[in-house]
Amino acid sequence: MKPLFTQGPYPFLKITFFTLISVTLMVIDYHWDYLKNLRMHLLTVVYPAQYIVNLPVKTGQWLTMSLRTQQQLLEENNRLHEHNLRLQVALQKLQDLEGENERLRHLLGASIKTGERVRVAEVLAVELDPFRRKIIINKGKKDDVFEGQPLLDAQGVIGQIDNVGEISSTAILITDTTHQLPVQVVRTGLQTVAKGMGSTNRLALLYLPNTGINANIKVGDLLVTSGLGGKFPAGYPVGTVIEVNPDISQPYAQVHANPKALLERNREVLLVWKQNETNPPPSTDQYSQP
Amino acid sequence: MNLEQRPGNWIILLSFGFSLLLSIMPLPSWATLWRPDWISMILIYWAISIPQRIGIAAGWGIGILQDVLSDSLLGQHALSLSLIAYFAIRFHRRINLLPIWQQTLAVALLIAFGQLLNAWIQGLIGHPQPGATIFYPAISGLFFWPWLYLVLKDICQTYSTL
Repeated sequence: MKPLFTQGPYPFLKITFFTLISVTLMVIDYHWDYLKNLRMHLLTVVYPAQYIVNLPVKTGQWLTMSLRTQQQLLEENNRLHEHNLRLQVALQKLQDLEGENERLRHLLGASIKTGERVRVAEVLAVELDPFRRKIIINKGKKDDVFEGQPLLDAQGVIGQIDNVGEISSTAILITDTTHQLPVQVVRTGLQTVAKGMGSTNRLALLYLPNTGINANIKVGDLLVTSGLGGKFPAGYPVGTVIEVNPDISQPYAQVHANPKALLERNREVLLVWKQNETNPPPSTDQYSQP
Repeated sequence: MNLEQRPGNWIILLSFGFSLLLSIMPLPSWATLWRPDWISMILIYWAISIPQRIGIAAGWGIGILQDVLSDSLLGQHALSLSLIAYFAIRFHRRINLLPIWQQTLAVALLIAFGQLLNAWIQGLIGHPQPGATIFYPAISGLFFWPWLYLVLKDICQTYSTL
């Protein structure tokens, strides 16, 4: 038998109510931080979905690992051993330079030097909005991840943490259109801001006047974080300049750079904690630099 | 007639769970823009076949989960999905009576409406406008809806006889 009223009471009243709630939520979420906590708990609720989607990728990695022959593993071990030796030689030099730098700073009475603590996080193979540049990592509040925390890989800066969950977090990449990063040209010390353009491998450098542009910046120059803004530690590589176009019809020149980090191709990223020299890094670190 | 069927709640939950998984499944880069809007399609199916059980509130709840999964503004997908559910319920008798190809067009129209609403909200908060690519999920929905409809109908009929 077909029921007479199949759509429940007052659908129009209901949709008005839910529209109002949605709009209120969006306005609050856009302007204020009140919903951060709610989003954190909801991120924990949806974590199983992200985990399941990531599972086939993880299984694939495990399979390739376990199907390798002993010969291959030995070869890889040798190669890594050699690489490690070379890195250690470079590190000796670096330690010497760092000591000298510290002595000079001391002579000048310069400000306290800060160290950084680094930890590896895994990128989950999960897709977000195709028009944004964001990733999800498998570290959250229980690993002391905080909002605005810098993310690096072996080549350079990747981005920063956007929303923190209990066991996973979302991060916004430096190539997202809403992300701006204060940078500096290594060769000349010129300060500028690197803004994402929404594509995977391009950054726009803002506020560079047309006059004198050829002396200050040229194709191939290395960009590093300047440390202004206080979120990112200074001196990490960001990208290389690939295009300099002085444009007299515009107030500023058009300068583009290529990010150094392997954005959206890396499976592992590094989380960075800043710290003062007074409190030494905890021993649980996988890697730390003084 | 679908209205007499009372498929178990777990079928509904499972279908929504699957649609959420499919919406974050990594795809090759050429296919990401063409990813069918599984969540909307599943919601429309339940809203036109059992409108007294799945409706605006269910759409809103799924939308909040999608907002968290895709890291969009909290309430954005909730708004578009509850509106899609509203229109699906409002016209469910007419949509149910349509031949399958006309029904597919109606569903694609609803998906396009949802995508447009999402793009509009993204534009309001200053994100760049992606242009006509926002309608790709509606176009790929044209190909997937008939299959989805037949498979889900079949599952419902099989399990409601138990």
